[in-house]
Amino acid sequence: MLAKCFRCVNCAARSLCVLAVFLASHTLFAEGPSSTPSIFAPASTPASSIYELSLFVLAITGGIFVTVAGLIAYVIFRFRQRGQDDVSEPAQIYGSTQVELAWTVIPVLIVVVLFLTTARMIFAIQDAPKPKSALDVTVVGHQFWWEFNYPKLGIRAVNELHVPLSSPQDPKPTFLTLLSADVMHSFWVPQLSGKIDLIPNHVNNLWIDPQHPGLYVGQCGQFCGVQHAKMLLRVYVDTPEQFAAWVKNQQQQAVSDDRVAEGRHVFETQACMNCHTVTGTAATGRFGPDLTHLMSRDTLASGATTNTPENLREWTRNPDTYKPGSLMPAMQLSDQQLDQVTAYLATLR
Amino acid sequence: MADSTYPMPGSLAEAPRQRWSQAAILEWLHSWVTTVDHKKLGILYMLYSIFFLLVGGVEAILIRIQLMQPNLHFISPQVFNRLFTMHGTTMVFLVGMTYIFGFANYLIPLMIGARDMAFPRLNALSFWLTFFGGLLLYYSFIGGGGLYGQGNAPDVGWWAYAPLTSRAFTPGHSTDYWALSLIVTGFGTIGASVNVVATALCMRCKGMTLMRLPLFVWLNVVTSALALITITPLTAAQIMLLIDRYLGGHFFDTQAGGSAVVWAHFFWIFGHPEVYVLVLPAFAIANEVIPVFSRKAIFGYPAMAAASVAIAFVSLGVWAHHMFTIGMTSVGNAFFVLSTMLVGIPTGIKIFNWVATMWGGKIRFATPMLFCTGFLVQFLLAGLTGIMLSVAPWDWQLHNSYFVIAHFHYVLVGGIVFCIFAGIYYWYPKVTGRLLNETLGKWHFWLFVIGFHITFDLMHIPGLLGMPRSIYTYEANRGWGTLNMIISIGGLIQAVAVLVFAVNLVWSYFKGKEAGNDPWDAWTLEWAAASPPPAYNFATDPVVTSRRPLWDLKHPEDPDWKYE
Amino acid sequence: MSEGVEAMSTIALVQEPEHAFTQPSKGRVAMFCVIIAESAIFTIFVVAYIYNIGKSLYGPTPRQVLEIPIFNSICLLSSSLTIWLSEHAIERGKVKSFGLWWGLTFVLGAIFLAGTGVEWHKLIYEDGLTISTNLFGTTFYSLVGLHASHVVIGLIALLTVLLFTVTGHVRQEHAERIQILALYWHFVDAVWIIVFTVVYILGR
Repeated sequence: MLAKCFRCVNCAARSLCVLAVFLASHTLFAEGPSSTPSIFAPASTPASSIYELSLFVLAITGGIFVTVAGLIAYVIFRFRQRGQDDVSEPAQIYGSTQVELAWTVIPVLIVVVLFLTTARMIFAIQDAPKPKSALDVTVVGHQFWWEFNYPKLGIRAVNELHVPLSSPQDPKPTFLTLLSADVMHSFWVPQLSGKIDLIPNHVNNLWIDPQHPGLYVGQCGQFCGVQHAKMLLRVYVDTPEQFAAWVKNQQQQAVSDDRVAEGRHVFETQACMNCHTVTGTAATGRFGPDLTHLMSRDTLASGATTNTPENLREWTRNPDTYKPGSLMPAMQLSDQQLDQVTAYLATLR
Repeated sequence: MADSTYPMPGSLAEAPRQRWSQAAILEWLHSWVTTVDHKKLGILYMLYSIFFLLVGGVEAILIRIQLMQPNLHFISPQVFNRLFTMHGTTMVFLVGMTYIFGFANYLIPLMIGARDMAFPRLNALSFWLTFFGGLLLYYSFIGGGGLYGQGNAPDVGWWAYAPLTSRAFTPGHSTDYWALSLIVTGFGTIGASVNVVATALCMRCKGMTLMRLPLFVWLNVVTSALALITITPLTAAQIMLLIDRYLGGHFFDTQAGGSAVVWAHFFWIFGHPEVYVLVLPAFAIANEVIPVFSRKAIFGYPAMAAASVAIAFVSLGVWAHHMFTIGMTSVGNAFFVLSTMLVGIPTGIKIFNWVATMWGGKIRFATPMLFCTGFLVQFLLAGLTGIMLSVAPWDWQLHNSYFVIAHFHYVLVGGIVFCIFAGIYYWYPKVTGRLLNETLGKWHFWLFVIGFHITFDLMHIPGLLGMPRSIYTYEANRGWGTLNMIISIGGLIQAVAVLVFAVNLVWSYFKGKEAGNDPWDAWTLEWAAASPPPAYNFATDPVVTSRRPLWDLKHPEDPDWKYE
Repeated sequence: MSEGVEAMSTIALVQEPEHAFTQPSKGRVAMFCVIIAESAIFTIFVVAYIYNIGKSLYGPTPRQVLEIPIFNSICLLSSSLTIWLSEHAIERGKVKSFGLWWGLTFVLGAIFLAGTGVEWHKLIYEDGLTISTNLFGTTFYSLVGLHASHVVIGLIALLTVLLFTVTGHVRQEHAERIQILALYWHFVDAVWIIVFTVVYILGR
């Protein structure tokens, strides 16, 4: 019957299509950072190790699939009923101990191989020793933004993580300690490593050693509430010069510019300082992100929009424009207040 | 239709046809609401299951429309979060847990030659508990004002992780609806499971030893036994959650030393065996359909029975593979890698047994067999992506991504829903006396399988490209847009296929070809009863001497008992 | 295919005679299933209790406020003995004897429950330990409370049977049903052994 013919052709065609899309998609195997965070484009040791392991596993499972699906396809064709009137029954076979034993033993062996390979990789990644040159960063997850503290450098960064470039000759891995201030989150930058959860009252660890400079993207990987989708991650892998410059800037106190004194006044009297910190001022709120170096960032609201004066003004006027349900309330500022406070914030480089 | 089981002296002649007066309609409704007959309850469970399949499907379509392109505003994030939570909860509890008992209740007494289930009134109670639990869950859409006046449907994910579910982070009653409705349906599940086990162990007809039980019954017994062990951990966790929310408890209150990780452990201790509770009855259906349409006995009956028991046991020890990213020790992670891979072995063996059953047969590709063949290939692939996910380091990338969603939909839709369709096409003639239309059946199959593969084959790719789950939208420059568009279109094709199925169900009820007792030339006891069977199933208690009593009758020169 | 069914009874006669096979009583199987499900829920609460031992950040500790309920436990565990004696009696048709032992079981169970109530009263009003005080309070009241609720269900069942006995409705042929109910009561007692060990011995 034509129907069965179609089944196999369909199946094969579909598999080929999938394969084609997979391979043709140039973003899958890019070198260095990409706006498409593919797990098959690793730029750091944990991600590369996982990538190599995945190829091994794919080979084995692919082999199993081809074999068994091939058998199924063969069976469908070879043993289909020919002729509608053929009502004789085929030979009834109830089982075969040898065959059944064989197809039990072989999977057991495959499992042993897979397990040993996997276990080895788990220990290699999770229990990797921390070299002296490692950079320590503490990540604290919030609804719906990221806090990055560099305890030894005295820096509190927000949403955009800067890490130094690492190389086999000059290893400078970054060791992250992950906590949460509220609910469960997950730190996932696919090109750099697998993800790890941020859990209140539970400390987790992750390490990365990015080998190519540039911007790597990711986002929160554990549903954490209404704006989970916009809790985006940007990891900037900096050359030594770039990193030193960034650190130096972040270590400065907030810029104090008298020309925007009115805006600063609005900021301090309109309850902004209850949630936000600007170092060197009376604003010491910890619930929301630290704004001391707001203008050193490329995006606002953990990637919800780009950091331009217009977007900043609109974000301040009504956060729900970019991130409906985010925990920053609209403060009902007048147009004049908005202009002033935006001008003030624009000086916080 | 005349009763065509063994005619007894003084047995009932056919009742005169009812005229549809209002009194008759009320009486008809009343008989359904108060029934304790396993066949009627089985049908009620199936109607409930199919209804919520459609509802959950609509929720899925809405989700897919929102995700077709980046930054769409078709639905708000709040509504989106409610939709995916309700979609998951509905499909698992109101579709998955009900189809199990729909098939089991209808077929087990017939297959073992019994008059009814062991506890008919408990049977009815269990159904109505499940029914009202589902109603309570859906009432959440309209009940209460909540904070936004938009109702309180659960919006915390079907896994409801702590501490997101505490009053501090989820004000309003969404979580309470989730917990309470599932506690209620949980009681229904326990009652139904008790009934299945007791019936199969205590009410078999003469000659039907445990090793002569149809594999359908075996698998449902194993399912029910597993359900007994696995549902109450969820109930326990939900009671703890309610204590935290209303009595000031601190189980999951991290400020007071409680642990969010413990919720995850308890939930997945329930959640993983639960998926085996969902899938084993699908295997049960395949175990009946594949042999009959291959015209051969199932290959390796003892191994199949043993494998099911093995799966049930091992599945109790794999739960933390849902938690590889939570930060367990490397030894803990490694243990769960091993146990998860091990559970793949008896599962894989089953696939081989099915293929061996088809080998050397004379396969007839009627609609039930089409669906079972699809199931075989798809379940194979689903199992293999499961192995991929069991490799913990790879799971550190894939966890909570669209790869996982593709994997489990491959099992749930590609495996279970395909088997449900196969089972319905196979047993519909027994239940109604009429065959489902073959042409519509083939349209249903081809549309559904094409739509299924478009959606769920491609869905693996965004996961590999870094797209997480539970997001109401995504950035335009991530390269996920085109794939999501095609995935959504596949969903719409599946929706059309299911509509064709719904039409078939209704049309065939009135106009389908009359089936007779045994339209498929099958071998288990239910095909000896009339279609539909009389209330008492069998006029005299059957006596069996092999696993395929009707094969023995049809082939007296070569009965099964010679080979078993 | 209708002739097949008529042939079914004749086919059976042609086979070698089957050994009569026995199937267990459905009531007993059902009770075992219920016990399995209940064991699972208790396991989770016990695990939660054990996991949280020593994790309270503040508030009264077990050592400070818990007194080992020896008398209560003796009462409850002896009630297993008395219920066994009552089963023994009804199997032999001694309804009166059954009624006495059964009544005693009920009384012992009720004493246990009252004792738990007294203990909780002291904990709440004198020691200030409630379910919301700290992790210990939460896990203690939920685990012991879950057990106590099962004792309540058991007592209601026992009372019902007691009333039927007193009004003369219980006879020897009900022995099996009595045994099934007694199975539940034995389970409740067994759970108490575990809860007692975990809460009053391990946890202190």
